[in-house]
Amino acid sequence: MNARTLPLLATVLIFIIAYALCYLQFPAILSTRVVGNLLTDNAFLGIVAVGMTFVIISGGIDLSVGSVIAFSGVFIAVMLRDTGLGPWPVFALLLVITTLFGAAMGATIHFLQMPPFIVTLAGMFLARGMAYVLSIDSVPINDETISVLQRLYWLMPGKGRLTLIGGLMLVVVVVGIIVAQRTRFGTNVYALGGGAQTARLMGVPVARTTMQVYAVSGFLAGLSGIVFAIYTSAGYSLATVGVELDAIAAVVIGGTLLTGGSGFVAGTLIGVLIMGLIQTYIIFDGTLSSWWTKIAIGMLLLGFIVLQKALVWAGGRRTEAAAGKG
Amino acid sequence: MLDPTPGRVPLLRAAAVSKSFPGTKALDAVDFTLGAGEVHALLGENGAGKSTLVKCLTGAYRRDGGEIRLNGTSIDPRDTLHAQRLGIGTVYQEVNLLSNLTIAENLFLGHQPTWLGFVSTRRMNRDARALTAQYGLDIDVTRSLGSYSVAVQQIVAIARAVRLSGKVLILDEPTASLDAHEVDVLFEAIRGLKERGLGIVFISHFLDQVFRISDRITVLRNGRLVGAEDTASLDRLRLVNMMLGRQLEEETRQTGKTGMRYDAEPRLRFTGFGRRGRIAPFDLPIQRGEVVGVAGLLGSGRTETAEVLFGVYPHDSGTATKENRALSLGSTRAAVAAGFGFLPEDRKTDGIIGELSIRENIALALQARIGWARPLSIKRQRIMADDFIRRLDIRTSDAEKPVGQLSGGNQQKVMLARWLATNPEFLILDEPTRGIDVGAHAEIIRLIEELCEDGMSLLVISSELEELVVYSHRVIVVRDRAHVAELVGEDITTETIVNAIARTPVRTSEAAEATI
Ligand SMILES: Nc1ncnc2c1ncn2[C@@H]1O[C@H](COP(=O)(O)OP(=O)(O)OP(=O)(O)O)[C@@H](O)[C@H]1O
Ligand SMILES: [Mg+2]
Repeated sequence: MNARTLPLLATVLIFIIAYALCYLQFPAILSTRVVGNLLTDNAFLGIVAVGMTFVIISGGIDLSVGSVIAFSGVFIAVMLRDTGLGPWPVFALLLVITTLFGAAMGATIHFLQMPPFIVTLAGMFLARGMAYVLSIDSVPINDETISVLQRLYWLMPGKGRLTLIGGLMLVVVVVGIIVAQRTRFGTNVYALGGGAQTARLMGVPVARTTMQVYAVSGFLAGLSGIVFAIYTSAGYSLATVGVELDAIAAVVIGGTLLTGGSGFVAGTLIGVLIMGLIQTYIIFDGTLSSWWTKIAIGMLLLGFIVLQKALVWAGGRRTEAAAGKG
Repeated sequence: MLDPTPGRVPLLRAAAVSKSFPGTKALDAVDFTLGAGEVHALLGENGAGKSTLVKCLTGAYRRDGGEIRLNGTSIDPRDTLHAQRLGIGTVYQEVNLLSNLTIAENLFLGHQPTWLGFVSTRRMNRDARALTAQYGLDIDVTRSLGSYSVAVQQIVAIARAVRLSGKVLILDEPTASLDAHEVDVLFEAIRGLKERGLGIVFISHFLDQVFRISDRITVLRNGRLVGAEDTASLDRLRLVNMMLGRQLEEETRQTGKTGMRYDAEPRLRFTGFGRRGRIAPFDLPIQRGEVVGVAGLLGSGRTETAEVLFGVYPHDSGTATKENRALSLGSTRAAVAAGFGFLPEDRKTDGIIGELSIRENIALALQARIGWARPLSIKRQRIMADDFIRRLDIRTSDAEKPVGQLSGGNQQKVMLARWLATNPEFLILDEPTRGIDVGAHAEIIRLIEELCEDGMSLLVISSELEELVVYSHRVIVVRDRAHVAELVGEDITTETIVNAIARTPVRTSEAAEATI
């Protein structure tokens, strides 16, 4: 067995077991209707978590994404209300802004040799502040195109609805997988996470890759903001507080190592789905307080990190026993 | 300025290259000329500036001054990728590639075969398999590099550099963790490249290898050029004198040390000591003031012996006694408490803390041993550090320099100093002279002899048999993860050791062993 895929397999296993347990109690949970809702409700989280996966694999962290999503919502709402621009130009403008924002954070991290934690923490305050500047109140979105986008879906067998935003998340995941596994950029991200100094001597363009990684995260945070605006039909500067932590949790539950250099985008999707599943279960149960979601995710996260360590340790011992040294 | 082939443009020519670090002039107007089809050895003591020159040539450092010409055109590599594109492939001294990537990804990083912009993994893996097969490696290229031994990783690094070198190949101490067979494979590859007209820069502290492979030798000392000469016109002694700038008397004794008395009760006695999968159970008594050498091929169980003794991997059979009293071992803590010390083979990953100063690194183990409740005064630390800097000839501007800024060989001396500072009763040294220059080499051998005169017991693992013969009272020969022979005193010669190692000549490829 390969030590690289071990955490991913563990995630998949946990997901299947968790789903099976839920299914035994509530058979309806396996219906495409529930699955469709699961995808729709977690679309914005899934998209931003894909960006986070790249950042974490590269050995960094991006704390700004939650604020960027809130900023995006307010930006879209205010622009649609106050300017004559239609939704598509506004979306395009927004994505340019958030991508440049991410790239600028990446440049700061690389050129000023600052820890990503600090730089993106500053980015988090900055983006949240910008959202406040645009509007303190919740701004409703009354745009025809956006309500059409909201209502678009594909009827799956079994009457489940795969909405546009749910589908978009799946597309982002697939593209993310291809970029991570099948492009030079993807390998460079893994290389960076394996050791920036070594990567530099091997010829990896460290400056460019670092900027690209945070630009990707910024772009996907912007896209996630668009999805969130479509989902809620409003922009509110106090929305999505702490989503960056949910994204990090999803990435880690998905089997990506926080130390960087190892992980899979596909795992992140499953991480998001596990978190969504817990939420769905609590709704189905009806008697549990929604705070149980947080507690369950906390326990899962802890349990998962321990499990990961154990698996990696066991796998490491096995390969080591096979590959004797000196 | 001297030119080996007047009238012809050399392949690579560096003129008056300079590079300074705070407090050090690492390169002072160094000239270096490499011809096509030439293997050019770059020699010098630890800290002479060899690696720095390599890094300036390949864009890893920006030089402060001087000019570099490739085929007559001035070049200024911005970074290592730029140098690779110009046709200069390099194995850096301290780089073991990325252990989280697969072998194939390491080989092709930055140059993966693509189709419509997408990496073609299948083709990459196929090419990687073909490439590793050329070096006699039978390994799974889709597994992560970190799951293979240091030797395999080193060969992969070389294979990568060779592939990238269209014109120039630079190897900075590539053979440090290779065994004789793997060195042969490497040299075969180098000869092939030479015939294709590449220029090869070869850095090594193994003078035998230098004489075997090189056509020309450039010697550096303290960041300055001492001279460049054809290998054929140089003899060993003159070369060493060029490197040292002083005379070195050659060691003459041909057999191991005699005079150790084995009738007394040994200081330490290991009985049936071993661990499944690492080293078969062995008996090992060790006297006060005795040096026990361990010889064997890479991967034969030398390092495993040391690791099991020191508790890096706890033993699962056998017992240990110290002066007739039972000793409970099984963890590195217990080993340190029992007065053991261990200088591991892979110093890069084990132990050096690059950001801390030389003084702090040396004080670390001693502080751990006496407990953190009783801190060593800075003054005592400094006296200790200065003492070791002098005794081991550590090349540094002062004791406060971060260890990460020392040259490779000098970092190893700091590691050695760290253990010596704890004044252990039983010290295990795994390849103590690897990567260390001739001058320091002689000093470390003298130091080993001094230590055992002071009553310390030592277990020294080394691939250099001549060296083992010089300081060992007894030599244990290891083969196939078991202790297979023991030579004492006058019986120890390089021939007897070689014979003991080679008794069953069933060794196809060391690398294949790593994949079992
Ligand atoms: N990054 C750095 N910062 C500060 N000083 C450095 C740095 N790199 C090297 N030096 C200094 O430059 C000098 C030359 O070092 P270099 O690594 O080139 O030696 P070397 O000839 O390769 O030695 P070795 O045989 O031990 O590898 C040393 O005195 C070293 O301390
Ligand atoms: Mg060096």
